[in-house]
Amino acid sequence: MQHLIIGAGPAGVVAAETLRKADPDADIAIIGDEPEPPYSRMAIPYYLINNIDESGTYLRDPKQHFGDSNIEVVQQRVDKIDTKGKTVTLGDGSSRGYDKLLLATGSHPISPPIPGLDLPQVSSCWTLEDARNIIKLAQPGSNVVLIGAGFIGCIILEALVKRGVNLAVVEMGNRMVPRMLDDKAGGLLETWCKNKGIDVHTSCSVDGISDSGDDQVEVSLSDGSKLGAALVITATGVKANTDLVADSDIEVDQGILVNRRMQTSNPDVYAAGDVAQGVDFSTGNFEVQAIQPTATDHGRIAALNMAGQGDEHHGTLNMNVLDTVGLISCSFGLWMGVDGGESADLYNPEEFQYINLQFDGDHLVGASSVGKTQHVGVLRGLIESRIHLGEWKQRLMQDPTAIMEAYVACTQELSYH
Amino acid sequence: MQKSLNIDPGKCTGCLQCEMACSYEHTGTFNPSRSYIKVFTFHHEGRFAPYTCTQCDEAWCMRACPVDAITVDMATGAKVIHDDKCVGCKVCTIACPFGTVNYSQATGKVVKCDLCGGDPQCAAACPTDAITYVDADWTGYDRMLASAAKSLPSAEATA
Repeated sequence: MQHLIIGAGPAGVVAAETLRKADPDADIAIIGDEPEPPYSRMAIPYYLINNIDESGTYLRDPKQHFGDSNIEVVQQRVDKIDTKGKTVTLGDGSSRGYDKLLLATGSHPISPPIPGLDLPQVSSCWTLEDARNIIKLAQPGSNVVLIGAGFIGCIILEALVKRGVNLAVVEMGNRMVPRMLDDKAGGLLETWCKNKGIDVHTSCSVDGISDSGDDQVEVSLSDGSKLGAALVITATGVKANTDLVADSDIEVDQGILVNRRMQTSNPDVYAAGDVAQGVDFSTGNFEVQAIQPTATDHGRIAALNMAGQGDEHHGTLNMNVLDTVGLISCSFGLWMGVDGGESADLYNPEEFQYINLQFDGDHLVGASSVGKTQHVGVLRGLIESRIHLGEWKQRLMQDPTAIMEAYVACTQELSYH
Repeated sequence: MQKSLNIDPGKCTGCLQCEMACSYEHTGTFNPSRSYIKVFTFHHEGRFAPYTCTQCDEAWCMRACPVDAITVDMATGAKVIHDDKCVGCKVCTIACPFGTVNYSQATGKVVKCDLCGGDPQCAAACPTDAITYVDADWTGYDRMLASAAKSLPSAEATA
């Protein structure tokens, strides 16, 4: 059996490892186009602040792991996929056959249509190469403008502040991380950031960036401000890398459409991770989630099905956790609530504490929190297990912080004598 | 045979000796707020329930880690965090559906039960045998795992 995986991120690497366990004799190869060993983009912010060196971003020990597991890692671009002949053509002109193909090609940052984005002081923060460039330009005391305060923007924000730059953030939405947190939570983040000396502009966009000489640029905002900067970082969203299958029999919407076995419209081709539009646990709809836990879940489920051992997946739960200069926030599932549902929250802005629970009947279907680091994972457990909360629903309505108690009481026998 | 923690909430008196022992073992201070095992109080029922990581086979935390900082201790089966590799990204804290991997602002890393390398101090400290460390047969711990597995549809997919 010849398993070919395109993409060397978390989805591709986990898929390769799962395949190796499921099918010890198969040929397994990962093809990645970046000139690095398989690494994790999630780790880049920690590389930016010297918490780790480059090797700390590697998904596995590149010298040992892949060789020991008999997984071939090929550094090449894939130019073309022939789903009829079941071959792929690589950048060096060679080709490779496959029995099962996994597309784990990830996503790429998208840029808003702003004049001046091609200036050398403007960078995205997506690859290790981007990170090296940012480290050069984001020197202590320099002025940096970050465009976009979404999830990725906020993660980079933390790293930039720790690098000691003077930071301004521009977000089109009316609050920070608008796709992960509600008004109260997003508002807490904004106040927190302003208290830390960050210049936050919400409900604001960038009109243009111009060269102002001496390696500096000027960023013009829609609120009339003009900000000087040595570096502008764009973090305005990502888009699935679907180009490879554009002219094929593989169906594409926002990402590559996959069924509950992570199989595309071509039965020998699977997709996983940021590129895949798979089933969402909460809605049952097919959505691109582009988050780390989904990437690894996708990779595992796709691999098991490629090896003929898989099951139908119940869907991945959308969830995020964020550390914004020391203020930790997270959200799960339908954190914005459902029609006809009920909610409970506890909001303590002085202490930067917030928890919000969303119910549908006596199920928890979504949650978000700010300033909470203990036992947040149980929110996933409560949602994904579709536990009937029974009397605990009323208790949670009165005290939304009692999430662990609710989970323990609903899943354990408190006394079995 | 591998051993596991056997937790019997019916025997727990809520004395918090386990939390004291755990925090001392892992942080060098008697500080229940930094313990990896937690005793939950149920006022309505007049009950207490010690709760910590089940070292589940699913290892949601380990799978979600983007930098390979969580590995299995082959001797004990514990999923162990390596501080030298953990970057503190907290993805494991939302991936663990049991809520037993937590971020420590004191260290900037995540923390979880590591079975103290095979000599769990919570069990040693428990005066009523509510927490024991026994052969991983059909313990209360397994019941805890089983009920969790039943309750989590995604656990079945890879069982």
